[in-house]
Amino acid sequence: MILLGQFAMWAALIVAVWTMVFAFSGRWRTRAEVATALIRAPYAVSACLWVASLSLWTAIFSHDFSVEYVYSYTSRNLPDYYLFASFWAGQKGSLLFWAVVLSSFGALAQAVTGARYRDLLPSVAGVTSGVVAFFLVVMLLGDANPFERLPFVPPDGRGLNPQLQNPGMVVHPPMLYLGYIGMTIPFAFAVAALFARRLDAGWIHAIRRWSLLSWLFLSVGITIGMWWAYVELGWGGYWAWDPVENASLLPWLTLTAFLHSVMIQEKRGMLKRWNLGLVIGSFLLSILGTFLTRSGVIASVHSFTQSNVGYFFLGFMIIVAVLCYTLLYTRWPALEPEAKLESLASREAAFLFNNLVLVGIAFSVLWGTLFPILSEAVRGTKISVGPPFFNRVNVPLGLLLLLLTGIGPLIAWRKTSIPNLKRQFGAPLTAATVALAALIAAGMRDGYALVALGLAGFVVGTVGQEFWRGTRARRRLYGEALLVAVARLVGRNQRRYGGYLVHLAIVVYFVAFTGGAFKVTREATLRVGESVEIKSPYGHVYRLTHLGVSQYEALNRRVSAATLDVRRDGVRIGTIKSEKRQHVDSFGRNTFQPSTEVGIMSSLREDLYLVFAGTVDLTERGSFAITVIPLVWWVWFGGVLLVIGGLITMWPRGIVVAPSIRPAATSARRAEEREPVAV
Amino acid sequence: MALQTQPPRPDAPARGAADPLQQPGWIDGTRRVVDSLQNDPTVVAAERRLRCTCPCGLDIFTCRTTDFTCSYSPVLHDEVMELVKAGVDVDGVVAAFVAKHGERILLAPEARGFGVLGYILPGVAILASAGALTWVLIRRGRRPAPERGPNPPPPPLPAASQGEMARLDRALADLES
Repeated sequence: MILLGQFAMWAALIVAVWTMVFAFSGRWRTRAEVATALIRAPYAVSACLWVASLSLWTAIFSHDFSVEYVYSYTSRNLPDYYLFASFWAGQKGSLLFWAVVLSSFGALAQAVTGARYRDLLPSVAGVTSGVVAFFLVVMLLGDANPFERLPFVPPDGRGLNPQLQNPGMVVHPPMLYLGYIGMTIPFAFAVAALFARRLDAGWIHAIRRWSLLSWLFLSVGITIGMWWAYVELGWGGYWAWDPVENASLLPWLTLTAFLHSVMIQEKRGMLKRWNLGLVIGSFLLSILGTFLTRSGVIASVHSFTQSNVGYFFLGFMIIVAVLCYTLLYTRWPALEPEAKLESLASREAAFLFNNLVLVGIAFSVLWGTLFPILSEAVRGTKISVGPPFFNRVNVPLGLLLLLLTGIGPLIAWRKTSIPNLKRQFGAPLTAATVALAALIAAGMRDGYALVALGLAGFVVGTVGQEFWRGTRARRRLYGEALLVAVARLVGRNQRRYGGYLVHLAIVVYFVAFTGGAFKVTREATLRVGESVEIKSPYGHVYRLTHLGVSQYEALNRRVSAATLDVRRDGVRIGTIKSEKRQHVDSFGRNTFQPSTEVGIMSSLREDLYLVFAGTVDLTERGSFAITVIPLVWWVWFGGVLLVIGGLITMWPRGIVVAPSIRPAATSARRAEEREPVAV
Repeated sequence: MALQTQPPRPDAPARGAADPLQQPGWIDGTRRVVDSLQNDPTVVAAERRLRCTCPCGLDIFTCRTTDFTCSYSPVLHDEVMELVKAGVDVDGVVAAFVAKHGERILLAPEARGFGVLGYILPGVAILASAGALTWVLIRRGRRPAPERGPNPPPPPLPAASQGEMARLDRALADLES
């Protein structure tokens, strides 16, 4: 199987290089059979890479420890689902995973793209195959071949890092990869459109679902990554502005900007150059993330083993950037806008400022991530850029973005009149004022938190008003019941109302992040039966009583579990357990440092978070870190809401709710009663 | 090695004693007893401004209360405790650490000298871009619109059929979305 895997990778490389060369030679324009072969080539590349991937999975599940990758990331006592996930746990496997998913996406893009864009498909095949070929070159010629053999066969493997032995590991990396990889398809269509000089809105329509899909996967990947960090790493937070976290945020920001600005191109024929620049930039940022993760140039807990692989990515990124932006420059005159912005008080202008802030945040995150390197180059002094820097720079920008999220939907396309502005802003401003007044009355005095929650009220007011007016219009027009009207409103304007749900999800995120600023932590050492108290930001008093330490053997680890009884304001609410784990191989030998499994007692208001530090003098007397963090549950709820909104937005039209058809006479009568709906 | 298997005891009664662990070898080392100084606001505030020298990227307080496997943060914590015991305030602790470990020990650069550039450049870039964008939009808005002749009157509309009304609905939905 190992030989088959190696052979399949080489075969994929040959086909991918052939596709890339012939696609950009342009010979397919005069020879139909070459064009057909180019369109089919991604299927062959994908098939070869699936053979290679199945070979690696076979080696993993059959415990073939002669393969260095299998030895390094698995062991005989690793559960099957982690054996499955170990495919992408290490550098080499994750590169193969990237290549196989990209080739599959490339093949899928050929299969699902309509005949209208058939003239772009050979070039799209060329771009996707070129990127796949690059990954194969890195694996086969760099130091990253997943099928590399050891000179001997160890009896057992090293096992999987305990922190990766979490359900999040099965889902989080693939989701992020799918997001990164999905960005290659819009990029491929953008390059193909530039190459073919087909610069109308066609390529934009062809990539709409791909860019949404990529954005959705990236959003889910980031949110699950936050959940994983929260439940596994034990520091009582979900976002630490780590360089690798930042690297995932960067393309998400630029892709979010694109999803907004592309609407202006679709409706008004404007921002063509900007949109092409954003698509190319998003792809490059996804490669930058890969470079940061794999080069070791910036210290990060997420980094893979330092190797020469990162510099392949740096070189690739530079070459692609030069080629693509040169191509864009040569097509510049053909990308003239079809219309001009008419007013500052227009939705186009609001979207432009929204884009500016999103790209600005991306710039500030990138700037902060790279600032240590710059500082060392300029001053020769190493510095650290951690959360206080990013919070100080990005929180005001985030609040500005929240404001624009509320303003955008209230302004009409092209131009808005003053009376219309007054009519539109009334309810949202009232909602913001009510939220602020309630918070101040409740005793909140933190300036940033007040602004954030006030703006959250503003955006909720905006979205609520949009839903209310749309539903009311449907009910008057068609006499529908409330829920039917809401469902049909969303079903017939999926993009718009799905987008509003995403806006609501962003509000929920912001509110939850605000809660993180109020977390409290204290440490304590407790004998069995002793208690400690901690006061939450809401004023609740938690009393935790140490019940004892249990020790038992689980599947591939030895567990020492401390259990504490929890009372809130004197009322018992349950027990909470945190563990120290020592992972062992099938011979009972320790494989990694001891790790900690946190205990979490979650509620809508706040989480009680327990970390068992260890014991004193090898007795049951335990040391603990206890943290109360407000509103964490809402981060995960925001993630769910965002996925629902995203799915509604990209769901195939006509499936959610069938359009209602009414008799002409009735429609004529009802049209007289119709009230204008703000758009 | 044969291991004894014992289920967890979520409802174990409080015993009030420090019984020895059944499997002491399963826990790596021993912890020190937490005293009131560990939760002292000065200690916590100083540690939150200082970065642990391990690759975690977290501040000393967070790192030493996370997972409890880092071997760097407890040493740095001891240094902080010594300074606080000697009566040094938060800024003094931070200054002492910078003098000993260099600027890299700070969790974020101070907003002075070259560090100012780090803090202000993103904001300045965004403000400059927003200003330029606003200027362009205002300038374009002042340009007179091209003159057009009077529009001819629209032809009378025929009565719409049921199918046409359905198509119109869909088109309006498209327009709205």
